[in-house]
Amino acid sequence: MGLRIFLGLWLSAVIIFGFSLPMVAQPQHWYDLPIIPGLAEKARIIFFHVPTAWLSVLAFLSSLFYAVRYLRKKEPIDDIKSASSAGIGFLFCFLATVTGAIWAKFSWGTYWNWDPRQTSIFVLLLIYGAYFALRSAVEVEEKRASLSAVYAIIGGVTMPFFMFIMPRILASLHPEPLLNAQGKVHMNTMMLIVFLASLAGFTALYYWMWSLHVRAERIHYQRSQIHGGASRD
Amino acid sequence: MINTSTSMQAANARRWLRSVVAIFLKDWRSELRTRYAFSALGMFVVTTIAIILFSLGSEGAPPDALSGMLWVVIFFAAMSGLARTFVTEEERGTAATLQLLSPGSAVYFGKLLFNLALVTLLNVVTVSLYALFISGFVIQTGSIFAVTIILGSIGFAAAATIIAAIIARASTKGTLYPVLSFPILLPLLLTVINATRLAADGAFFQEAAGEFQLLISYIVVVITASVTVFDYVWKD
Amino acid sequence: MTGRTSITGTDLKKVFNRRVIFENISFAMESPRTMLISGRNGSGKSTLVKIVAGLLTPTKGSVVVDGVGSASEFDRRASIGMVSPYLQMYDEFSAEENLKLAMAVRGAPYDQQYAHDLLKRVALFPRKDDPVRTYSSGMKQRVKYAFALIHRPPILILDEPMSNLDAEGIGIVRAIMGEHRNGGILIVATNDLSDLERYDQHVDLNAGR
Repeated sequence: MGLRIFLGLWLSAVIIFGFSLPMVAQPQHWYDLPIIPGLAEKARIIFFHVPTAWLSVLAFLSSLFYAVRYLRKKEPIDDIKSASSAGIGFLFCFLATVTGAIWAKFSWGTYWNWDPRQTSIFVLLLIYGAYFALRSAVEVEEKRASLSAVYAIIGGVTMPFFMFIMPRILASLHPEPLLNAQGKVHMNTMMLIVFLASLAGFTALYYWMWSLHVRAERIHYQRSQIHGGASRD
Repeated sequence: MINTSTSMQAANARRWLRSVVAIFLKDWRSELRTRYAFSALGMFVVTTIAIILFSLGSEGAPPDALSGMLWVVIFFAAMSGLARTFVTEEERGTAATLQLLSPGSAVYFGKLLFNLALVTLLNVVTVSLYALFISGFVIQTGSIFAVTIILGSIGFAAAATIIAAIIARASTKGTLYPVLSFPILLPLLLTVINATRLAADGAFFQEAAGEFQLLISYIVVVITASVTVFDYVWKD
Repeated sequence: MTGRTSITGTDLKKVFNRRVIFENISFAMESPRTMLISGRNGSGKSTLVKIVAGLLTPTKGSVVVDGVGSASEFDRRASIGMVSPYLQMYDEFSAEENLKLAMAVRGAPYDQQYAHDLLKRVALFPRKDDPVRTYSSGMKQRVKYAFALIHRPPILILDEPMSNLDAEGIGIVRAIMGEHRNGGILIVATNDLSDLERYDQHVDLNAGR
């Protein structure tokens, strides 16, 4: 109970600081954030867009992990964990795509321009969507679990082609004002703190949502076993 | 003792190869007899190109768009025909028969070969019709284009086959197939479209090296992953 | 069918959509031996048969085939021949083409003489070159027997062996079953208990549910 309240306060602080800390050209006070050339106030979205994108990938990796586990041991709980990760990942991926499009509109004028990272997050969204379309099309539980686990794996091995290979080969429009080629970080300490705090907060939020969902599904599963296997609705 | 086990391994490898070829031939002969996939794919390609011609009219379209459109036609044509090899086995009740006859890996490769033959035929027909009727589409560097078609066909077959195996076990097979295939095929699609543009623009062969490397790694990765997971899809 | 063959099922359990179909099923057979699996519709007869044949993985337990060399996947499959309502032939091909492809897909050479003998035994030789699609249901059932025997398996598994058969067909199948009993392993799944005493062992899926 206490942890939940703590998490709520943490994220509220992140949101408040993220929006209210002043952005000045020469940060002097401890609470000043630097102006990122070309982005100005819109840079605030980095506190929210990047964590959601990061989480969609984390959730997918988690889904993949439990998918492999399920295929090896065939324990239903692993399928529950895999599907729950995917569900939350889907949500965050949708948020990441939307916030990314908003950022794109502010920075480059169009909501969409097919640069590799925007394409990657969109493809991840498609994979999540396909994953759930597949799950809803299989009635037998064991088969549903196996097939979606396999699809997660196939999706997992093709994802790296977007994430890592394509930006190297194709020209990228994705802004690197904060982390440029020399690796210099243009974020000042305060900005970094807020950013990392947001990252940590969102990760904790993800974990909390996920364990809640897994617990609920597990109880549902056990109850239907006692009652002699009523079909799920 | 060692001799016996290596000769046994060799014998099993021969049986495996014979099995793969037999499965490919069975699908191929069946297709020659019933012609379902040939006609479906053929009609699809002809209709789609006709529609494109009609909508382009006398205006034509920029060469980049034409390169992309070629692969759109190929993608949707593939979606209308490459799932057959697994779906018919399920629908007709011969999937269990095949399982009794041969191990999963042989079934996978046999059907991969069949889809490869099918998609190669599809691509040859599509590219020919496209080049013949769509006047804005001119390839300057033929070598890039040829390699792109070859690698693109193999990549298409690889991804399409494993997804076909998956949806054959689901209920709403028809609509599910493109939905599942598109994210998996997208890296391939973007790469071949890029390579086709390079070929149309008259780039040097070496300029497409990055694309070819990508295609080859895609093929290797997808086939390796498919063989590893195939039994989980195919066996109940 | 030379040498001893054995097939052993240990502690088999199958769960389907959270329902336990059956559990604690065990059996051991060594050639020559016969077993009858019976149970009312929905008792899991076909499910058990599929598990024994290797078409379905049990939730718990295992089936081990020994003797003719279960070392390779091909050998295990070579040991088993099966006839069942859900095993269909490729009906765009003829009976003989189906037999040819059965051997080719098994990675084994095709013995045309033996194939023709089999087709004669199941009274299909005159129609051997017609597509199976054109056969009557009784003829389709008889082709399944040729298909199941073409590779001379020591273990024969029959699920509802007499379905769709007329008196002549039943006679043919009884002869096949009788011949296989000498030296092979015969497993039959059916609700027809009239021949129960002719079987060495019996698994009744009606009990224990």
